[in-house]
Amino acid sequence: MWSFSKISNILDSWLSETFSPTWTMVIEMVIAGICVITLFALLGLVLVLMERRVAAWIQIRLGPNRVGPGGMLQSLADTVKLLVKEGMTPDGADKFLFNLAPIIAMMVAMLLMAPIAFASNFQLWDLNIGVLYVTAISSLMVISILMAGWASNNKYSLMGAMRSGAQIVSYELSAGLSIMAIVVLSSSLNLNDIIQSQADGWWIFKGHIPVFIAFLIFIIAVTAETNRAPFDLAEAESELTAGFHTEYSGMKFALFFLAEYINVFIVCAIGATLFLGGWMPFHIGHWEAFNHVMDFIPSSIWFFGKTFFLIFLIMWFRWTFPRLRIDQLLDLEWKYLLPISMFNLLLVTLMAILGWHF
Amino acid sequence: MVEEISSTPAGDIIINVGPQHPATHGVLHLVITINGETIQKVEPHLGFIHRSIEKMCESLSYRQFIYVTSRMDYLSSHINNHACALCVEKGMQVEIPSRAQVIRILMDELTRIASHELWWGAMAMDLGAFTPFFHAFREREAINDIMEETCGARLTMNYMVPGGVMQDIHPNFQRRVKDFIALYKSKINEYSEMVTGNIIFQNRMKGVGFLSAADAISFGCTGPTARGSGVSCDIRKLYPYEIYEQLEFDEILETGGDSFSRYMVRVREMNQSVRIIEQLIDNIPEGDFQAKTKAVLKLPKGEFYQRVETARGELGVYIVSEGGATPYRIKFRSPGFSNLSALDHMARGSKLGDLVAMMGTLDLVIPDIDR
Amino acid sequence: MTNEIVQQKITELSPTIAFEEGSQWLTLQVESANWHMLATQLRQQEDLCFDYLFCLTCIDWKSHLTMVYHLDSTNYRHNIVVKVKLDKTNPAIETVSDIWKTANFHEREVYEMFGVNFLHHPDLRLLILPDGWEGKKPMLKDFEDPINMIKL
Repeated sequence: MWSFSKISNILDSWLSETFSPTWTMVIEMVIAGICVITLFALLGLVLVLMERRVAAWIQIRLGPNRVGPGGMLQSLADTVKLLVKEGMTPDGADKFLFNLAPIIAMMVAMLLMAPIAFASNFQLWDLNIGVLYVTAISSLMVISILMAGWASNNKYSLMGAMRSGAQIVSYELSAGLSIMAIVVLSSSLNLNDIIQSQADGWWIFKGHIPVFIAFLIFIIAVTAETNRAPFDLAEAESELTAGFHTEYSGMKFALFFLAEYINVFIVCAIGATLFLGGWMPFHIGHWEAFNHVMDFIPSSIWFFGKTFFLIFLIMWFRWTFPRLRIDQLLDLEWKYLLPISMFNLLLVTLMAILGWHF
Repeated sequence: MVEEISSTPAGDIIINVGPQHPATHGVLHLVITINGETIQKVEPHLGFIHRSIEKMCESLSYRQFIYVTSRMDYLSSHINNHACALCVEKGMQVEIPSRAQVIRILMDELTRIASHELWWGAMAMDLGAFTPFFHAFREREAINDIMEETCGARLTMNYMVPGGVMQDIHPNFQRRVKDFIALYKSKINEYSEMVTGNIIFQNRMKGVGFLSAADAISFGCTGPTARGSGVSCDIRKLYPYEIYEQLEFDEILETGGDSFSRYMVRVREMNQSVRIIEQLIDNIPEGDFQAKTKAVLKLPKGEFYQRVETARGELGVYIVSEGGATPYRIKFRSPGFSNLSALDHMARGSKLGDLVAMMGTLDLVIPDIDR
Repeated sequence: MTNEIVQQKITELSPTIAFEEGSQWLTLQVESANWHMLATQLRQQEDLCFDYLFCLTCIDWKSHLTMVYHLDSTNYRHNIVVKVKLDKTNPAIETVSDIWKTANFHEREVYEMFGVNFLHHPDLRLLILPDGWEGKKPMLKDFEDPINMIKL
């Protein structure tokens, strides 16, 4: 079976035969870095194109269809355009922070890539506290937005940043609590262990209704955390023109733009890993024959299929719903989602203790 | 200049919404004083698209000035032209052929639907939902195609002339209008599914921008803005012109006074317009489409006032004539100007995000406000 | 309510008012000094109840200015037109924005376009013209703008 893990194993064994262990480590790191950056660029291009095609499909129009076959090179052309544009810095801006903000946004998105298992045995860093790492790093995202909003010296940006701060800090709670539901059930913080615990069925099917509720809350919370519509108050273009990135142009803007899409990818990958089994094929209990048939589909296809399904879901939200108002947004979190997810976590814990799941 | 002041002594921030801002649909400039997210004061600064149409009309003949008025409220240009034509006809005492009257009303109601379609899409876009805009344009394009075929233009039609309409309707007109009505009826459910019934949308609209009936009258609000507060102000019913009194349609009234009521008034009004069109489309009388008028029109000395109902409210055309070939003074009482004056009253104390909902449901067209 | 009855009622209010014949609606000629008091009565008198000021404008007759108020009653649906003659040199009249709120914007427009000074107006500033506009008022008949105005 052709798979990523085989390629990486072959590469690893060849390198360790040829070079000393230190050099092997260095070369592997360089390769991994190149792979991440390539994946980044590729994901950015694919997701932007996908967003535009999904939007076009929902809005009864065609979407990009001129540049390249079926408009496939449209986002590449846009990137080139943004690259050659002048990156302006406003006079009154805090120049250091202003230029730092998009880089931090990008760095956070890159760091989040580390513990994700793209296929079976194909992971940059098998971290034993993967879940904790992801939740901790993803909250750094707010720093870059606050930084951008503050340093721009623009009232729209400032208001967008303040909104975003309130929003991300609140929604992290319910996102974290819904992730905790899975941690409780699989009794591990390691993403790989969590995937392995779903070998006889994904948590969303095994965990009854409480896990399904946790999944719903997770999707809502991460949509808010990534500042996507209907929670895109930070850049509410009809109120704040463009919110925190009003003053950004050229490649600095593109970095924010790219970081948003990478973040969407990552939260969907986490969601797919926790609730839909990551790269784990669709297995049903002890139906060995069925499970075996499912194993023939490569694990990377399972992973990307699930992730892109969740991404599609989030895009669907964006092109269907109107935006919430700031007080309604916070009401939703503090009055509804947080109490529900706390109670839900209690139920899940009870379920895990009594072993009431499949 | 306002731009130099960034905050008030009380510590409130002043921000400029517009003249170039996505929510203002043009070049409206609002100076907003906010405390956190709460609006303290909204101060409109107008005039960015002021062309002084009133002054311009003073040097144009009674045939010419009608074309300028298409540029006021460009979304209901037929109705603007209609108002001017009616006012001139009132002064000249011309009888309009019944065919022209029916065509005029058909065009008015099609324009009203097209205007409300655009408003519906643009308002949903203000609230952050992009998709309705495209869905609304699907139907609006069908109307524009009908207009293009008969009038030769899609936006500023200049179709109404004193004495009737400029030319006869296109042979396809009736068929295409019927096609449009069929399309409209098959798609109208989408509107309620996508927007009206959406819980987020309702939360954004209900209780936002309250305007009481007494305030609506005092501020001179008309059209759907006032009817959302329960004020009966449909000129087509109250002071009927052309053959509106013979037609069956309801004046839509909602009593909520909030943005959602104004929204519902417009959505329901589209159905009434379709009802009017259905009554007339098969009953266009034969005959002339234009009354015989002199080449140079001269109005007798006096004052003439015509009120009509545009998509946004009451448009008044006030012509003061000295007996010459050009008006001595023209005043256009535009609906948007009065509706906008209520914005400050409505917006105080609400959140910044509510402002776009209010501006959306006031249905502001800036050239109509500035003239 | 017919025009005759309205005319009679207004005459009762203020016997000195002159009525103008021959136009669409009942037209009143009012002295500028009496206008604010009459306006308050027109608005508050229960059987008149002119609560809707649907048009407020000014006409430049070269020798003088005339303020024109179109009033409607949403209860009884009767309309009247009130005309107030003003001096050309220093036109001033009491504001009615405290009676009809819509007058606020309309009076600001008349103020900048015709130079009519509305006394006791809460916020008499330029509305449509750019900040710092100086010189002649654009809607006056003797306004000249050699750059932007084309003479036919």
